[in-house]
Amino acid sequence: MIEVKVLGSGCANCETTMKLIEDVTSENGIAINLEKVEDMAEIMSYGIMSTPGVLVDGKIAHAGGIPDKKTILGWFSSSCCPADDNCC
Amino acid sequence: MFESLANWLVFDLLSIAKDSQLGGSLQFFVMDITKIFFMLVLIIYLMGLFRSFVSPEKVRSYIQGKSKFTARIMAILLGAVTPFCSCSSVPLFIGFVEAGIPLGVTFSFLIASPMINEIAVVMLIGIVGWKIAILYVLSGLVVAFVGGMIIERFKPERWVEDYVWKIQMGQAPTIEADNSLNARHRYAYAEVKEIVGRIWKWVILGVGLGALFHGYFPEEWATSLSDKNNFLAVPMSVLIGVPLYSNAVGVIPLAEAMLLKGVAIGTTLAFMMSIAAISLPEIMILRKVIKWQALALFTAIVTVSIIFVGWFFNIIT
Repeated sequence: MIEVKVLGSGCANCETTMKLIEDVTSENGIAINLEKVEDMAEIMSYGIMSTPGVLVDGKIAHAGGIPDKKTILGWFSSSCCPADDNCC
Repeated sequence: MFESLANWLVFDLLSIAKDSQLGGSLQFFVMDITKIFFMLVLIIYLMGLFRSFVSPEKVRSYIQGKSKFTARIMAILLGAVTPFCSCSSVPLFIGFVEAGIPLGVTFSFLIASPMINEIAVVMLIGIVGWKIAILYVLSGLVVAFVGGMIIERFKPERWVEDYVWKIQMGQAPTIEADNSLNARHRYAYAEVKEIVGRIWKWVILGVGLGALFHGYFPEEWATSLSDKNNFLAVPMSVLIGVPLYSNAVGVIPLAEAMLLKGVAIGTTLAFMMSIAAISLPEIMILRKVIKWQALALFTAIVTVSIIFVGWFFNIIT
């Protein structure tokens, strides 16, 4: 189970990002535990200043703006991307 | 190119008389809409590419520890090129405070960021020409610089909410970022989709209003506002502009119509800036980190600086 946290104080972009992550992971059969973090002190403790931020297994994957689906999928191929030829 | 397209569509295809009010308004509308959307897509894309290199986290570390003058100049320039969604202003504010960046500098940043942005500049260049676009940007920089400096005199530190001082910023490790050109292209493309998707209604509404005024702007209004010697025109238009809220985009076509009808440049610029710089939603969000005294001061100082900018431009033109 991959821990995913969406950091943001409840703006529309944060909601959209949550939804996108849910969609992408369920479409690709990736099991995640999605959590929303609205507490400002906690958000700042990760060094994030632009919301929405996304934390995947404790690492910052994204900060500011809405990520696209391909980018989201990229976070979960941590053991690199065999399908992508020009990678690594 | 856009003008001939509009001419063809309105006068030839719909065969509306050239000298009719309707024809004039409609041709103006089609011309502006096509021109603006073309430029918006182009510029937002380029800015998106650029922005994939500059994040507020980087901005913060650039500014941290610089002398106050340098820090302020950098904060304003970076505020101008990096618009942040207003929901980011709270973490941004806290991040700046935590980095020991003086509050006055943070305020300079908060003034510059909404007022100067690529969308406003595109609309200005597209509609009223690059000269006024440059004037607008320059006066925005000045208002941000002076405004932040004056706010500092009032020692705004005492109005910052207590919990803000207690927050410790950490640094979580980052996933290895995809820095390929392809990833930057996708980021920029997503920006275009998101921003145009959000503002297209306002652009159409704004251009529509502008077109309407183009044909129908009441002459008496224009003459009363256009008299340069009318000292009160500037504060009047600013006081109208402050409570109005639009992201600088919707109001620019209106500004064009005002200019065309002879309203003085300073009055028009001041009107635009007052609408863009101060917005109720942003003030409400900032209330989470600073007390209302500071917000009132912020509003008052920005308002007064804009009035001075308006007078200044009316005098020199």
